[in-house]
Amino acid sequence: MSRLLRDVKDSGAVAFMALLIFAPFLGLQLGDSDSGNLTLSTRPALLAAAVGLTFAARFCFLLWEAHRPPRIPALSLGLAKSGKYAAPALLIFAIVMPFLPGIKNASIDLGVLIMTYVMLGWGLNIVVGLAGLLDLGYVAFYAVGAYSFGLLSTNFGLGFWECLPLAGILAACWGVFLGFPVLRLRGDYLAIVTLAFGEIIRLVITNWVSLTGGPNGITDIPHPTLFGLKFSMAGGPGSFAGFFGITPSPSQRITYLYYIILVLALLTNWVTLRLRRQPLGRAWEALREDETACRSLGINVRNTKLTAFAIGAMFGGFAGCFFATRQAFISPDSFTFMESATVLAIVVLGGAGSQFGVVLAACVMIGVPELLQGLQIYRMLIFGAALVVIMIVRPRGFISTRRPTVALGKAKPISADLIAQGQG
Amino acid sequence: MSNVLSIQNISTFYGPIQALRDVSLEVNEGEIVTLIGANGAGKSTLMMTIFGQPRAKSGAILYRGENITALPTFQIARRGIAQSPEGRRVFPRMSVEENLLMGAQVVKYADYDSQLKMVLELFPRLEERFAQRAGTLSGGEQQMLAIGRALMSKPKLLLLDEPSLGLAPLVIKQIFGAIRSLNRETGLTVLLVEQNANQALRLAHRGYVLVNGALTMAGTGAELLAKPEIRAAYLEGGH
Repeated sequence: MSRLLRDVKDSGAVAFMALLIFAPFLGLQLGDSDSGNLTLSTRPALLAAAVGLTFAARFCFLLWEAHRPPRIPALSLGLAKSGKYAAPALLIFAIVMPFLPGIKNASIDLGVLIMTYVMLGWGLNIVVGLAGLLDLGYVAFYAVGAYSFGLLSTNFGLGFWECLPLAGILAACWGVFLGFPVLRLRGDYLAIVTLAFGEIIRLVITNWVSLTGGPNGITDIPHPTLFGLKFSMAGGPGSFAGFFGITPSPSQRITYLYYIILVLALLTNWVTLRLRRQPLGRAWEALREDETACRSLGINVRNTKLTAFAIGAMFGGFAGCFFATRQAFISPDSFTFMESATVLAIVVLGGAGSQFGVVLAACVMIGVPELLQGLQIYRMLIFGAALVVIMIVRPRGFISTRRPTVALGKAKPISADLIAQGQG
Repeated sequence: MSNVLSIQNISTFYGPIQALRDVSLEVNEGEIVTLIGANGAGKSTLMMTIFGQPRAKSGAILYRGENITALPTFQIARRGIAQSPEGRRVFPRMSVEENLLMGAQVVKYADYDSQLKMVLELFPRLEERFAQRAGTLSGGEQQMLAIGRALMSKPKLLLLDEPSLGLAPLVIKQIFGAIRSLNRETGLTVLLVEQNANQALRLAHRGYVLVNGALTMAGTGAELLAKPEIRAAYLEGGH
């Protein structure tokens, strides 16, 4: 009985907090009177309903928590193992998606958007997930990549494919440039400096009007070509549609963009997976676990960190370059802290270090808000609630188990004469 | 007997606090030398100073005649000095095998198999746990892994920082047995820092006693064991 009383008290406290929050949001409403003045009306019924619902939901949750069955560990293992089959299935789906019946241009466009974030997530995963360096300014490298392409194309007439490697190299240089001053910093302090770096890049872009165009951004960035063939709507010789003798349509360009980002993202994934098995990748992970131990094992911590920053930044630069060519227009507004936060959320939500987790998280973080468009103003509310629920159910991200990079040895049963060993 | 490690009058500070006062000690080829002392005497500081973390403010550390006092830590490790740090510091989320691979980062890949074989013969327990995450090992197994990881780099000089810390007597005996057999069979030079003075002095050829950051006594293991002030301070009345 005392338990019930405690639950009621707890629910009451939560309902009171809900009252404080909802009173201004739901309880009050501004409107226009006939004479054009602002009017303030109250909506006590709505407020009472919201608070009552909160109370009921909290109470039900507490009841459920008291009676729920014990957690099955197989569930979390299941998600990690499902990657083995789900990942190839997802890959095949991603490859054939644009040609599936009933797929509209908007869906392919959403696919491009999700894939861009998958790529950014994989790039940041190198820095945050593997090397354990909390980077809150990843958008800086995205911006460097985008502006590299934007400036090179508008000033020197270079195309997407020439600029792609250049954007990657420039972003990697900035990664090293940022890496140097923060080598000694860890954890929170590192996060603050990287956050500042992201803002500095954005402010420089905004204020260096003569070079970057400032807040007006850069326009008329060329779209990518396929071996010199343009995807223009006019058709004619030299265009994709003209060369193959088909009717020009916007879906051709969108599909082409889709495959570019798919290949770029897969490249990121492939490089990461390869590096993880190399001494360098192993050193990143060891660095995340224990920096001091690494140093005394003869690891050059400085170079190891810098390569993590540089390679992570390089993929950010590639993604930025792609972003510029897709939008054909870039401005500082696209490179706010919100972008860094979104990409970091994708990495953390996926379970830092997990490649497949990043894909799942990118689909949730980018796909869900887009799919909820129809719900208008409640979209972000539902999305926020969903994130909270995910973090309660899976506090360490979708996939929190880490698969070893080598699996040569197998666990053997322990023989009796060795039982005496290592019982400390 | 040639001199492997020669520490000459080093002093180390943590900010304004002096942790080591004018400490000098020698480790010769093929020796097990132990450094005993109470909590906070500066034993681990000495161990870390050899690795340049923190750096000695004065004095010199010579390794086979080369002054390594100012070398970066990773360069010191690449000279053939390996360390099993205080508190083991294995990489918890990585498998036993990956931990051992990390120890072998600085050596040629050709040496990997032979070193791995040696380590697994020394600690068969690690082979059974090969694919397991290091964080899930018992304390004794983690200590074996820390020593094994240090041995993977084919060191000439092994620094062990309190390998007996928090372990059951049976496991301590086994780890000390492994150190002894390593020393006898491969001639590995060992500098052992210990609070467990009794066992450490029995194992070591020579020993030093560190009190409040300064060396107060030196001698062979048996000599130190017999000294009444050592018995009073470290052996009787519970260590």
